[in-house]
Amino acid sequence: MIGGSHQRSFQALLKIIGFLAVALLALAARSAPRQTFAIPKERYLSPIEISVSPDGRLIYVVCQDSDEVRMIEAGSGKLLGSVQVGHLPRGIALASDGLRLYVTNASSDTVSVIDTATLRVVQTLSTGFEPAGVVLDSRRDILYVANRLSSDVSVIDLKSGQEIKRLVAGRGASYLALSPDGKSVYCTHIYPNPGAFRTEPNSEITVINTDTQQVAERKVLRNVAGVFHVAMSGDGKLGVVAQLRPKNLIPLAHVEHGWAFGDSLTLFGPDVGQTVQIPIDELDRYYALPWGVGITRDKSKIFLTAAGSESVTVIDVRRLLKTVGTRSKALVNDLSVSAEYVSSRIAVGRNPRGIAFSPDGTRLYVANRLDDTISVIDTAGEKAISTLDLGGPKNVDALRRGERLFYTAGFAFQGQFGCANCHLDATIDGLQWDLEPDGFGKDIVDNRSLENLAGTEPFKWNGGNPDMPTECGPRTEKFFFRSQSFNQQQLTDLVTFVYSLPYRPNRYRLPNGELTATQERGKAIFERTKSKNGQPIPEADQCAYCHSGPKYTNQKQVDVGTGKATDRAPVIDVPQLPNVAYSAPYLHDGSARSLEEIWTVFNPKDTHGVTNDLTKDELNDLIEYLKTL
Amino acid sequence: MTTKSPSCCHPERGRFPGGAKDLLLTLALIGAALIIVLLPSQGSAQGMPLFRWENFTTANGLPDNHVFCVLVDEKRVWAGTENGLALYENGTWKIFRPADGLAHQAVLSLAVDKGSGDVWAGTMGGLSRISAGRIDTFTQLNSGLSNDIVYGVGVQGDFVWTATAAGASRLNTRTGQWSLYNATNTPMYEIWTYSVSPAEDKVYYAVWGGGVLEYDQKTERWKDYNDPDGETEMVLMKDQGLIHEITTSVSYVDKILWVATYFGASRYDSRYWHNFLTKDSGLPSNFLSQIKGVDANRAWFSTDKGLAYYDGTNWAIYRPALDTHKPEMIVRNAEGEVKKISVDSAPAHNYILGVDLQGDDIWVATAKGLSHGIRQKKSVEVSKPFKK
Repeated sequence: MIGGSHQRSFQALLKIIGFLAVALLALAARSAPRQTFAIPKERYLSPIEISVSPDGRLIYVVCQDSDEVRMIEAGSGKLLGSVQVGHLPRGIALASDGLRLYVTNASSDTVSVIDTATLRVVQTLSTGFEPAGVVLDSRRDILYVANRLSSDVSVIDLKSGQEIKRLVAGRGASYLALSPDGKSVYCTHIYPNPGAFRTEPNSEITVINTDTQQVAERKVLRNVAGVFHVAMSGDGKLGVVAQLRPKNLIPLAHVEHGWAFGDSLTLFGPDVGQTVQIPIDELDRYYALPWGVGITRDKSKIFLTAAGSESVTVIDVRRLLKTVGTRSKALVNDLSVSAEYVSSRIAVGRNPRGIAFSPDGTRLYVANRLDDTISVIDTAGEKAISTLDLGGPKNVDALRRGERLFYTAGFAFQGQFGCANCHLDATIDGLQWDLEPDGFGKDIVDNRSLENLAGTEPFKWNGGNPDMPTECGPRTEKFFFRSQSFNQQQLTDLVTFVYSLPYRPNRYRLPNGELTATQERGKAIFERTKSKNGQPIPEADQCAYCHSGPKYTNQKQVDVGTGKATDRAPVIDVPQLPNVAYSAPYLHDGSARSLEEIWTVFNPKDTHGVTNDLTKDELNDLIEYLKTL
Repeated sequence: MTTKSPSCCHPERGRFPGGAKDLLLTLALIGAALIIVLLPSQGSAQGMPLFRWENFTTANGLPDNHVFCVLVDEKRVWAGTENGLALYENGTWKIFRPADGLAHQAVLSLAVDKGSGDVWAGTMGGLSRISAGRIDTFTQLNSGLSNDIVYGVGVQGDFVWTATAAGASRLNTRTGQWSLYNATNTPMYEIWTYSVSPAEDKVYYAVWGGGVLEYDQKTERWKDYNDPDGETEMVLMKDQGLIHEITTSVSYVDKILWVATYFGASRYDSRYWHNFLTKDSGLPSNFLSQIKGVDANRAWFSTDKGLAYYDGTNWAIYRPALDTHKPEMIVRNAEGEVKKISVDSAPAHNYILGVDLQGDDIWVATAKGLSHGIRQKKSVEVSKPFKK
């Protein structure tokens, strides 16, 4: 036990240490002003998905930022326990008997199997790259896991604990639903499938036959990119998918005409026949980033979270089916139609994501990711009746404030979109945009990754924005949002958040950090100074000259011959290369669909590095090395 | 191969000291031994298969009569033609062409991933994956594929192996990594690979003009097999090794390698080679486009003078007669006796390019249509001498 005077001395000592630590941090910050990612971060919970126990008494909450699953009492919101899982948990499935929970860990490439009685992880299963959605086929003890980065579905035999096969899904496979009869699994994906340059994006609903464990059908979603949760009605006759319809082929200058994003649903199943897309927005108000979706057990209502609009949309299914049945023409671009079937909009917390119904269907639980809360909605009255606090930090720091700004669509004209519309879950959207008000088809830009951006300035495809405040500030206000945008404090918070985004784990490096023989050969090509005939390669034509430094960019702007006639100038900002494998397509305008095409198609004169003396084997080696960066 | 149960001849066992239990065990062992002894002759006892042939051409749905390859995937039949990929399902044809995303209209090779159900098509312009209607294409420009002319394709586990005009490629479907095999890292002195047959333990390549290459999955090492006499136009040392350097097809089944060449066929059991020529077998021609092993003893041979079947002892040939073009079946027994069987139908053409099996039925790619051989209950007896 410490005495009073000693305690005071100890406290004084702590204060001195604290002061010195702050001073040292300040000094460090002065000498390295770009190291903003080192800002201490509160450990928020960031609930993203929910599951309710079969008796309705318990709610299991996937907390993305604290790497845990919290178990709370449904009625009171009282925390009953928690269990640590892998890194960045993203999806959840509960066995029908409530005894096992399956939680995907996006950064660990695993599934944690949790015994709900003891709330302990009893098994860890391997998956593909960046697992997200998960469903259990309990008839066969088979787990299906959607892998976002490998764009496939892992089929895992729970008896052996082994992944028995992978099925090709859409790019960015993320969400799954099991049909009520257990015969089909539906999979959606957040990035569009690869297509020809400057054509409308397409996505799919991948339908897996659980008897054969093979893909039976791919329902094409035309002009759709960014597909989120999928849900089925209890009778299996109506399926619903939350999705975005980006209008990326026309200049974003036409926000006032609604030509940025359409927030919509795709309906499928016997109730509607062929797939039907319907709008959620209104003529002068948008409900951005439709994300979590569910159908009540009696099939009377659809509940849909708008992750960018802090609300839940309620749709009357009977009226919806009447609208769909009586309209012969496509109705997804007619925003007046939504009034026919939207029965209410319910305000909830920030960045609402996953939802779950209570077993009796009277309650809907909504995970408010950026509030660390759960909204409880009375499904009959269509009202939020309470908010359950999950017990996250009360202090809202700059990173959290910035993250909230990043995900909200509240700053854009009529609430049409926010940063996260294009940077889905703070990544990319796989699209090429016509951002500038300079005419149709000019200065087309590919969406770049936001991972670990400090030290990669300037920004924009031509390096036109010297720093992040310029990139995110007045430019966004003027050209994107078309409304009063962020104030100075908000802009600082937003920039702080964007700079904090870390690298995702690189799946191509060996665990010991060494390179394979193939990667070593590729590294030698990347760093070579002479061509194969012994001639010196001019410094500016060497890969490692422009792609130098810790982020593999010299932060300069050069003409490498990849500019297009539609670009205002051929000078391109040198992009950073870490995790380049994740961000196809490539080049400033996304015209190269793969890393190979950068050199096989777009480098005929060796202006983007000397590569035409390479054999196919050597080019493959180079690419395998680039994937490790 | 036959085996004997050691217990059946043991003097102590003869008295059945264990009583009824031992008696039952011994009877079971004898039964098992009898089954093993009788199994190899089952094919011969059943006779040579008789088929009723139904032929498909452009007249009844095929996109082109020049059919390079055929693949059976349970009830679905895929035909690679000069003008598109055709899928026969539920009695109708569906055609895939470049407008649908196919790499090229000329489809040279086909393989199915039994796990996922995805079909891989090697074409004159790249490799396509057909997955529940979606087609993804890999070319030498947009991927690590070594060359766009994909003569052969095979799937083993997570790997897709291709035989191309510029060596072999292997795609790891989980990571997307391509591995290339050619003169720089294998004994492949010709890089014109024509066919691939992957299995869990070995992967075999037919290298046109370069013999056969073997890849050991465990050691990751390559080994080559060549014609030991080195003569391209004659056979000096029959059964001493591969019959010829110009190989067109390999089929590895039950740890037996079957090889087709332009100058005969070979069978290799990892120790001994046995070669087949027209002069001393039932092969109708030494010019073979494809070989399809059924098991260690049986195989189908696609030649320019008809389709041949070998059951380990006897031969059968199915074709339109070379002179009259009337349906013809010829059988040859173990003694080398030959007789013609009267039949009402035959494959669409004598120039056979490939086959695949659908249960007891067979599908045949020919230069003038696709043929479906529907197995008849009756078979052709060959066990007795023909002259008697």
